[in-house]
Amino acid sequence: MNPSISKLTSSLCIASATVMALGLSAGAARADGELHLYNWSNYFPPELMKKFEKETGTKVTIDNYASEEDLLAKLQAGGGGYDIVFPTPTTLGTMIKKGLVAKIEVNQMTNFGNILPKFKSVSGDENRDYSAPYMWGTTGFTYDPSKVPDGKMAQSWKGLLEPDDSLKGKIGMLDDMADVWNAAAYYLGIDKCTEDPAKAQKILDLLQKQKPFVKVYSNDGTIDRMIAGEVAMHMQWNGAAHRVKEKKPDDVYVYPKEGVTFWTDLMVVPANAPDMENAKTFINWMMKPENAAIASNYTGYSNTIKGSNAYLKPELKDDPAVNAPEDVQDRLRAFKECSPKSKDLRERVWTKLKS
Amino acid sequence: MSGRSQRATSRVLLIGPAFVVIVVLMVVPLALMAWISIQERDYAGGVVWGSLTPDAYVRFLFERNLDDTVSLSFDYLRIIARSFWLSAMTTAISLAIGFPTAFFMATRPRRWRGVLVFMVTLPFWTNLLVRNYSWILILRDHGTINGLLEWLGVISQPLPLLNNQFAVAVGLTYSFLPFMVLPIYTSLEKLDLSLVEAAFDLYAGRWRALRHVVLPLSLPGIVAGSALVFMPCLGSYVTPELLGGGKTLMIGNLIGMQFGSARNWPFGAALGMLLLAILLIGLAIYALRKPSGEEASA
Repeated sequence: MNPSISKLTSSLCIASATVMALGLSAGAARADGELHLYNWSNYFPPELMKKFEKETGTKVTIDNYASEEDLLAKLQAGGGGYDIVFPTPTTLGTMIKKGLVAKIEVNQMTNFGNILPKFKSVSGDENRDYSAPYMWGTTGFTYDPSKVPDGKMAQSWKGLLEPDDSLKGKIGMLDDMADVWNAAAYYLGIDKCTEDPAKAQKILDLLQKQKPFVKVYSNDGTIDRMIAGEVAMHMQWNGAAHRVKEKKPDDVYVYPKEGVTFWTDLMVVPANAPDMENAKTFINWMMKPENAAIASNYTGYSNTIKGSNAYLKPELKDDPAVNAPEDVQDRLRAFKECSPKSKDLRERVWTKLKS
Repeated sequence: MSGRSQRATSRVLLIGPAFVVIVVLMVVPLALMAWISIQERDYAGGVVWGSLTPDAYVRFLFERNLDDTVSLSFDYLRIIARSFWLSAMTTAISLAIGFPTAFFMATRPRRWRGVLVFMVTLPFWTNLLVRNYSWILILRDHGTINGLLEWLGVISQPLPLLNNQFAVAVGLTYSFLPFMVLPIYTSLEKLDLSLVEAAFDLYAGRWRALRHVVLPLSLPGIVAGSALVFMPCLGSYVTPELLGGGKTLMIGNLIGMQFGSARNWPFGAALGMLLLAILLIGLAIYALRKPSGEEASA
């Protein structure tokens, strides 16, 4: 063999062997005394991470995911080394079924009594064996009074789902199968977990008729679109509505009288969390009123802890979008896990709407 | 160590990377996808391993009503047809812009060509997501174009440029244009311009010289460029998601949805297999039609 070629060959061999070895050994190192959080982006205050470190000496780091599917995929693939994750009940149900969460017995924790009664139980985790509540919110819609006829709208889904002719192309919707389906179901008085194809057809008809009025289906940029005035109204989460109102105080967040979904985000410990004890300490610590309030002040969403109101920023406390008034409480509808048959219908309606 | 075993070792190590790339990155994932596509769906995400069923493929064309009657459904076909249409449009527009660009580049003095090629590839230095977001800023109601037109007094109401198929076509063309320009440029660069002069000498007009001399000689580049634009377009995900306003799905989004919110992995995998099959059939027809096309692989 030609010497220079042989040299090249041997160095290529070394390179290839090194790459293979690296591939095998990657993903081992990990520091101690550190909690790893996995959450939506901009959904956990850095201030609170520092506070926890100061009070307990445990360092907190955070990674972000863009969708709960990412979260689930990561956990199914082996956890990714996270100690606390923040799913919704839908995903928690799956996680419990697949044995991905640790039974940390939140109901036995010293601060469990601080949770508001409404949140002491959640569909799928009725006894709070696995999960503690983090934030809660509603999915209604926000409108800009200067852009709708008469400058005022009724507290009903009608304004969004069967809009006035002048609003063609001026409506923003969330791009979320369940949220959109639920809104239509509430408005039509249909059970959101219906298994009846005729009723699903009614929902589809309503959404098809609404479609020409819709400018965009998107979960991103709902705040910007309202502030820039690109849409007259937007189906929105209430925390986003609050942030719209910071710039446009006249905008109104609607709790439709036909019913509005309230959702909870949870704190959960993966079954293979590296630091189970610190994770439990953290969750208990998060149920202290002042800590829950810091989280609310940052996210713009309500927490579920009694006594946290005292620590809330006044602009949050006084905003009906964040602090749901007494007279809308009976409009709030909890999350419900639907049957496969019903989910199938929902999926078909969504695909037909977008095909 | 004897020389022979050393040679054997180095042979294994040299073949290793290519073997690993092909098996680990292609054969295994494809086999996995094919296997998943014939499993039963687990509503919690994932599949019930080992439960063979053709459901996912049946679902593509037929929908099962609740009384267990089955009817033909065109929802998914419509999405696929739209994807093909948009990809074909994008390819045509890219060709219309790309050919003259490549011709211009190839006919510049040699020292300029490197700079021009560099400029064509420049957008790739930025992430695709960022480039698509930039188009949102350009096309939106109060964006660059509408803002300029309003300032000039040409329009009083913003034009609906964003959140429709037009925006998707613009975004796709922009994203994939370099894939068209570069192969055509490569084949035009090799073109002997004296052939064009000969055509002129033989009284061919500009159009005839282009049609009968330049085009046939650059055909391999055109074919390669069209394939390079068409195929990634067909599976594109980000651009329709960001610029299309979520109103109409393309195959990429439909597949993404099956692994995401719909949690129907077998159907997602089946859609992937179908897309692959369609492309393979297309390529096979092309290859059979032109068996001696040594240059077609440019």
